[in-house]
Amino acid sequence: MLRNQSHRRPKGPSRVDQPAGIDIVGLTKRYLTPKGEAFTAIKDVTLAVEPGQFCSIVGPTGCGKSTTLAQVSGLEKPSAGSVTVGGTPVNGITDGVSYMFQADALFPWKTVLHNVMMGPILLGTPKREAAQLATDWIRRVGLAGFEDRYPHQLSGGMRKRVAMAAALINDPRILLMDEPFGALDAQTKIIMQNELLKLWEELRPSVLFITHDLDEAVALSDRVVIMTSSPGAVKDVFDVDLPRPRGNVQEIRHEQRFLELQERIWQSLKDEVTRAYARSAGAAA
Amino acid sequence: MTAVIGGQGAAAAVQPADLQVAGRRRNRRRRTAIWIGRVALAVIVIGGWQWFTAEGWVDKFFFGQPSQIWNSLVTLFSRGTAFGSIWENLWVTAKEAFGGFLLGTLAGVVLGILLGSNRYLSAVVGPYIRIVNSIPRIILGSIFIVAFGLGTFPKVLLAAVLVFFIVFFNAFQGVREVDQNLIANVRVLGASPVQVARHVTIPSAMTWIIASLHTAFGFAIVGALVAEVLGAQKGIGLIISQAQGTFDPDTVFACMVIIAVVTLGAEFLISLLEHRLLKWRPPSRSEAPAI
Repeated sequence: MLRNQSHRRPKGPSRVDQPAGIDIVGLTKRYLTPKGEAFTAIKDVTLAVEPGQFCSIVGPTGCGKSTTLAQVSGLEKPSAGSVTVGGTPVNGITDGVSYMFQADALFPWKTVLHNVMMGPILLGTPKREAAQLATDWIRRVGLAGFEDRYPHQLSGGMRKRVAMAAALINDPRILLMDEPFGALDAQTKIIMQNELLKLWEELRPSVLFITHDLDEAVALSDRVVIMTSSPGAVKDVFDVDLPRPRGNVQEIRHEQRFLELQERIWQSLKDEVTRAYARSAGAAA
Repeated sequence: MTAVIGGQGAAAAVQPADLQVAGRRRNRRRRTAIWIGRVALAVIVIGGWQWFTAEGWVDKFFFGQPSQIWNSLVTLFSRGTAFGSIWENLWVTAKEAFGGFLLGTLAGVVLGILLGSNRYLSAVVGPYIRIVNSIPRIILGSIFIVAFGLGTFPKVLLAAVLVFFIVFFNAFQGVREVDQNLIANVRVLGASPVQVARHVTIPSAMTWIIASLHTAFGFAIVGALVAEVLGAQKGIGLIISQAQGTFDPDTVFACMVIIAVVTLGAEFLISLLEHRLLKWRPPSRSEAPAI
């Protein structure tokens, strides 16, 4: 581990990254299909996430939500347009980003402790320190005592907690979440949403959160972006002015203001979903 | 949350103790039946062979006879062979097989992982690998014997060639099957290519590689033996080809038994390694018998 340290950027308390805003301007991404045709996944996406803001992207399947995230993380390069994170244009892997996927991208061959330790280890933190930090985070997500388990020995919700600890342990400036709770059952989902809100309110990274679930988006976010499909583009942006801290997401769903916002956003989303559904049904026929 | 983990204990507590006893008894009976079947099968096959050859329905001159094979085994171990003691010969063959196994595995793993993780290289070399894989590589033994003589080296080389392709294809495939989300995850966390290989690609391909080692060791033995039959100064393969020349099927069968024991031993060691390296894997469902 230590021999990898030389080329790692040192990152410790000296790091001055306050949560960074994300500015996406005119972002376009085209792919070449296997048939050799150009396919535009997203077109002219422009949106801004304020530093420390929780921003959700909602839209029908295949509208390029995940593509947008990949450009922000720097895993892919945009075909046109630009992404700026904290005032620096993205070129290569963006610093201080963590990713959370729908499939819990955990290492099946590592224990809970070693899974959570990966973040600091990759930054060149000495093993002992990383283990301490990881133990602390495992406790914070409520898994104390499970350090030596392997992922297959845990339930779906517990694996999500491990993934969450692994994503947050590096104190990211930006948290990218790609339908993180999509595969969970309804009860577990609510528990995880509360857990996420609690941890986010402590750390306040900027969040880009992809979901299909409008309730989830409204309950968690400061800003909800509606995307249209093929090619993906921004249709509407709504600011959610529910007060923070939000408290229990289960209870907030019954508040008057929540219902109003939810109704307004749904009106915008409904047309898109119907259109996308009609198109996919047409393609299948 | 704890209910999921403690589920087993809770289920046992609910069940009355005699149900558990009955289940265990049934399980024990099932295992006894399996062992009876196994012994019976061995008795029928070996006993039938002995009987048929003793009655003369099958000619033991060509097909050997279990009792004669046993005698050959005893002779091999007590009196040795024309080429020194059996242990000496066995040691030579085992050395060649293990050498070839190690060499082939090492080359297979390294090249498999390299080519599997490099799109350009794998595209360039891919068709050639397929061509080389489709030629009968055992024939290379003839060339190796001619080129490198009757010593140990050509045997090691032939065994290594056979092992290489099995391990290589598995390592290659294993690298291809790596979860792309995992790779994206560590890359975002700032992993260098070396770290991606160390933490994701290699451990992930390890499942495939280990699975291939079982087959690979069998091929290492085949490679060493065939090369010895083609030309050698020592080794089990030489004893076999000598026995063939003197119309002695019993000694050939005896050598087969010896080699089988060696292979089973190696197989056991590989299983130990497998358990150690892959202890993170979930146990297979069939291991818990239903009662």
